[in-house]
Amino acid sequence: MFSLTGIAHRYGDATVLRVDEWRSGTGEHWLLAGASGSGKTTLLHILAALTTPTTGTILVGGTDLGGLSGAARDRWRGRNVGLVPQRLHLVGALDVADNLRLAQYLAGVPDDAHRIRTLLESVGVADLARRYPRELSQGQAQRVAVARAVVNRPALVLADEPTANLDDVHASVALDLLRAQCLASGAALVVASHDARVRPLLPHVYALPPRPGPGEAIGASA
Amino acid sequence: MNVVRLAFAYARRRPLTTAFNVALLALGVATITLVILLSHELEQRLVREATGIDLVVGAKGSPLQLVLAGIYHADVPPGNVPLAAVEELARRPLVRQVIPMALGDSYRGYRIVGTEPAFVAHYDATPAQGRAWAAPMEAVLGSEVARATGLRVGGTFAGSHGLAEGGGGHDETPYRVVGVLAPTGRVIDRLVLTGIDSVWRVHAHGDADADHARDADGGHAKPASASSLPAPAPAREVTLALVKYASPVAAASLPRAINAETVLQAASPAYESARLFTVFGIGTDVVRGFALLLVVASVFGLFVALTQALDERRYDLAIMRALGASRGKVVAVLAIESMLLAVSGLLVGLGIAHALAATIGAWLPAAGELAHGARAWQAAEWGIVALALGAGILATLIPAWRAYRQDVAATLADG
Repeated sequence: MFSLTGIAHRYGDATVLRVDEWRSGTGEHWLLAGASGSGKTTLLHILAALTTPTTGTILVGGTDLGGLSGAARDRWRGRNVGLVPQRLHLVGALDVADNLRLAQYLAGVPDDAHRIRTLLESVGVADLARRYPRELSQGQAQRVAVARAVVNRPALVLADEPTANLDDVHASVALDLLRAQCLASGAALVVASHDARVRPLLPHVYALPPRPGPGEAIGASA
Repeated sequence: MNVVRLAFAYARRRPLTTAFNVALLALGVATITLVILLSHELEQRLVREATGIDLVVGAKGSPLQLVLAGIYHADVPPGNVPLAAVEELARRPLVRQVIPMALGDSYRGYRIVGTEPAFVAHYDATPAQGRAWAAPMEAVLGSEVARATGLRVGGTFAGSHGLAEGGGGHDETPYRVVGVLAPTGRVIDRLVLTGIDSVWRVHAHGDADADHARDADGGHAKPASASSLPAPAPAREVTLALVKYASPVAAASLPRAINAETVLQAASPAYESARLFTVFGIGTDVVRGFALLLVVASVFGLFVALTQALDERRYDLAIMRALGASRGKVVAVLAIESMLLAVSGLLVGLGIAHALAATIGAWLPAAGELAHGARAWQAAEWGIVALALGAGILATLIPAWRAYRQDVAATLADG
């Protein structure tokens, strides 16, 4: 479904990320493991075409991301990638249903109220459609964020630390929800997490080595 | 969902800030528009009242005063001139018509004008009730005079000296109302009309009156010899006269000839009213400048609001990019939100200005035409539209540039 080859990403002189080879089949569920600062979020952003690596080739669903630029990258992302950021970032000015409608609009997908209604039902927040994000609990907000990520039936869903700040029960519920939604739409799933509780819940693991250089020492002593 | 709905959602989320910015812009727009409407109406009115009159002639003195007294009836005349001089003027080939006027008295603040029927004809006024004056001491009222004083055909009244109410009276020589004119929208609506001989008759009596010694108006038309009652024909005086040219050629030579060769002074209403309007213009420029200041303040207000909104919304904009929005679309959301505020302020401001103009027009009969002007769209208002929309765009520029340059990945990562 996607393949990364020879990826290196540098900030200034420091190489912050190196991926020699990572391939995933269609609909596979992956844990992207690694310590804090190992570049997990950066790698997710590279997969989402939000960040262009310094070198390397990324193919997602047959598309070479290096060949896309500007608005084409944005359009591709809207149609093919569902992102669940760590802080969720629901749009506070819009109610829950409109947050999903916004995702359809920005991806250039026709407004589909039925899809939104059934999706909110399937993640268990159908009764919150007219609520605003500030009126939601953390767990409810996460369900909405997952629904927003899959509303356009993307081929690839990326979740950044979805279990951070959740207790054991809620962490497993959150993972189940992500996996169930990706199974339903046949999407590949990549969950970036340093949470040991997540590892048994996902069948495939890609582990990033700790950041090379001085970063390793600081990370190790912390 | 679309960018307009999104912009509305954001505007609704901060109702106070939104209302403040709309109100600030509306205030500036309303002030500028009202000044434009009022000064346009004033200019129109100055021009309309003078239409068809090429010259005002009267005693030597200030030409502006002559025009103010003779056309707008807003000032006392400079003095009297012999009727013979006016009659001589009327015989000149370059002159088509001369309408003499004898001024000096008023009734409850409305000026009494002794004149000829040609005066009524000049203003295209027709009697709504009764008839024209025919005999001395018969008077015809302008429509507003009749409305304000309650006088009707058959009623009587006595004039008083000068233009102000409560001057010394002429109670012993009352006028009798024989007609009321239909409204014309011009100055004749506010005049009491009678024959010139009526005015002479009043002042033939009045000269014995001690009041006249301290009469400040200085413009009483009267028989030159007050002791010879009834007034004899020769050496009679009028206050001023309205002159129409027989040919446009007259403009080049006639005023100079009148000023040089006769006891009369000639004043051009077109020239004097333009001069007058220049004086008003300074006042309207000041108000316009003030209104512009309000608009500048509202641009700044919009800018601050958008910049603040951008700070609060950087994650929203980043997630929108993550959801597939291009840089252009993110900028469009900001720009449309700003334009939404600008257009709201513009519409509210224009609405306020036109409603105010209509209200002023309805309350002040003298400004009645404003009510019509309020429904019209002045060309200068396009400038206001451009100003308000420009303000919206100007306030958007920097926030939009920042939104355009935003590093989405870094914003999402640090959140």
